[in-house]
Amino acid sequence: MTNYHPFRELLKARLREFIREPETIFWVYAFPVLLAIGLGIAFRNRPAERVFVDVQQHAAAENIAGNLRQLPDFVVTIHPQPECMERLRLGKSALVVIPGTSITFLFDPTRPESILARQRVDDALQRAAGRRDLLPTIDQHITEPGTRYIDFLIPGLIGMNLLAGSMWAVGYVIVDMRVRKLLKRFVATPMKKSHFLWSALSGRLAFMVPELIVILGAGVILFGFPIRGNVFSILFLSLLGTISFTGLGLLAACRAQKLETVSGIMNVIMMPMWLLSGVFFSPDRFPHILQPLIQALPLTQFNDALRAIILEGAPLSSQLWRMALIAAWGAISYLCTLRWFRWN
Amino acid sequence: MGFSSSTEPVISCRDLRKQYKGRGGIVNAVDGLDLDIHRGECFGLLGPNGAGKTTTMEIFEGLLQPTSGDVEILSMRWGQNDSELRQKIGISLQETRFTERLTVFETLVLFRSFYRNGHPPADVMEAVGLGEKAKSWVGKLSGGQRQRLAVACALVGDPLLLFLDEPTTGLDPQSRRHLWDIIRNLREEGRTVLLTTHYMDEAEHLCNRVAVIDHGKIIALGSPAELIVGLGGEHIVEFALANGSVASNKDLADLPAVKEARADGNGIALTVTEPHIAIPALLQHLQSRRFELARLTTRNASLEDVFVNLTGRHLRDDELSSF
Repeated sequence: MTNYHPFRELLKARLREFIREPETIFWVYAFPVLLAIGLGIAFRNRPAERVFVDVQQHAAAENIAGNLRQLPDFVVTIHPQPECMERLRLGKSALVVIPGTSITFLFDPTRPESILARQRVDDALQRAAGRRDLLPTIDQHITEPGTRYIDFLIPGLIGMNLLAGSMWAVGYVIVDMRVRKLLKRFVATPMKKSHFLWSALSGRLAFMVPELIVILGAGVILFGFPIRGNVFSILFLSLLGTISFTGLGLLAACRAQKLETVSGIMNVIMMPMWLLSGVFFSPDRFPHILQPLIQALPLTQFNDALRAIILEGAPLSSQLWRMALIAAWGAISYLCTLRWFRWN
Repeated sequence: MGFSSSTEPVISCRDLRKQYKGRGGIVNAVDGLDLDIHRGECFGLLGPNGAGKTTTMEIFEGLLQPTSGDVEILSMRWGQNDSELRQKIGISLQETRFTERLTVFETLVLFRSFYRNGHPPADVMEAVGLGEKAKSWVGKLSGGQRQRLAVACALVGDPLLLFLDEPTTGLDPQSRRHLWDIIRNLREEGRTVLLTTHYMDEAEHLCNRVAVIDHGKIIALGSPAELIVGLGGEHIVEFALANGSVASNKDLADLPAVKEARADGNGIALTVTEPHIAIPALLQHLQSRRFELARLTTRNASLEDVFVNLTGRHLRDDELSSF
């Protein structure tokens, strides 16, 4: 007679359910790749932005405009005063140059491109007036793989996806089972609760590996994304991250009796991390006062560690502190789950 | 009829109580229940929705803690022998929704894996008539087939004691019959079955003994036949008068062979020992008062009449109100 092991059967059930759900396959595997392609195209390295500068109508206007048109990427036009004001207000121009005995620059100091334009226009006009630079300088441009936006983005997308996948595949699925009274039905059998929880975690880890391969593979094939670190270090960190994030998913599912509730809880957990933890842009851009909070989030540490390993080829041993913080989040989540989890 | 209590009871409870905090104060869902269920019995807990049937069942199943009282299942207790008990009982809950994207066979294998001993999943599938559906996804099954799958999952661990909570609620008549056949087979195999239902005909067809429960208390206990005999008459004569006229219940109850008269919907129901005596007397009585008859039917008394007789209500009068 065939012998069925409960852990193996629970895991098989979980894998089958996942594979037979086309929507999940899309969200877990196709969506991050599409996102990478979309953002990769949107932020691909392009020639520098064109800068629009207006010169106010004046006897000397044509002369000034002529000087400024020498600048690469500058679009310079002459308009009467009211029109200059209107164009500046609407953001059609970055800077208005008002000729006179002294030249006036009119701009909004909170717009970075305006400040840039002011510096370069000032520079060009000073030189035209005869200024000589004393120190020779050379510009060197970097566009090689490893320093582009897409290179920053891909590790962030992996972090985001591992977090979201763990929350949905464990948190949502468990609450769904609770709503369907299936959890209660399982508890009414001799099933060991540990088998159930282990199978949920193992199922999640099994799906994580292809997730990692798909996103990294798409990066390498489509964008020439460089993988400088050890593959096993990447895998180990991803395993650790997934285990920890699965803990958060279990915690979210602890007591929720409705799918709406668990969706809300998961969004409350995930949204701040997607925003603050350096998925799409560096968390350094947030105010200083937020930094301790941002650094305490597991996804921040995961993304930073993953970037260090993949892009800089850093060894795992250099990321111990970050991994400890990720593990601590996981440990706390699992302990709380054991304490509060409601089976029926 | 009735089972001798010489055998050790399979389920035994004394002064079982379960209280909930409701909006209007404390609700006694189970209010002092004493019950002994014996090996090989098919025992029915009967009552309207909210009577406390499912709460009682879930306490027996170890899924709910009673507020007070003593429960012994297979000579064991919840809290002491849980894993042993779980191996020996099979449960079909009210409305479990199994995973839709697993097949019938996969679902049964999963449940089989939880038990030390049991039947091969394929055999159980045949026993509940789902053999042809082995490779169908659960999501594609009809309501009756899903319910049979639920019973199969309860059976796959070869339990000594089976709990079936409203196994046929919401099913079409054909699916109900099919499930009744399955449950009758289980009874013939000598398994002990405890089922809840609010269908009186179901209890009459399947159960050796029933306990009628209302507001958390047992209001009648015995075999269906005993309870019906207890009405004093085994026939029911129902009639209604034209033009909405009203006849006095008191006068009717005094007619020969009539045990009791009660208003029932827009008509009157008489509990009668011998219809061939009662009906002519009734017709004469109505004619003498110039009442015109709108309808007259006669049928055998059922457990439904027992319930109405005890509570003054129909079993499914108040489907929506609970407790």
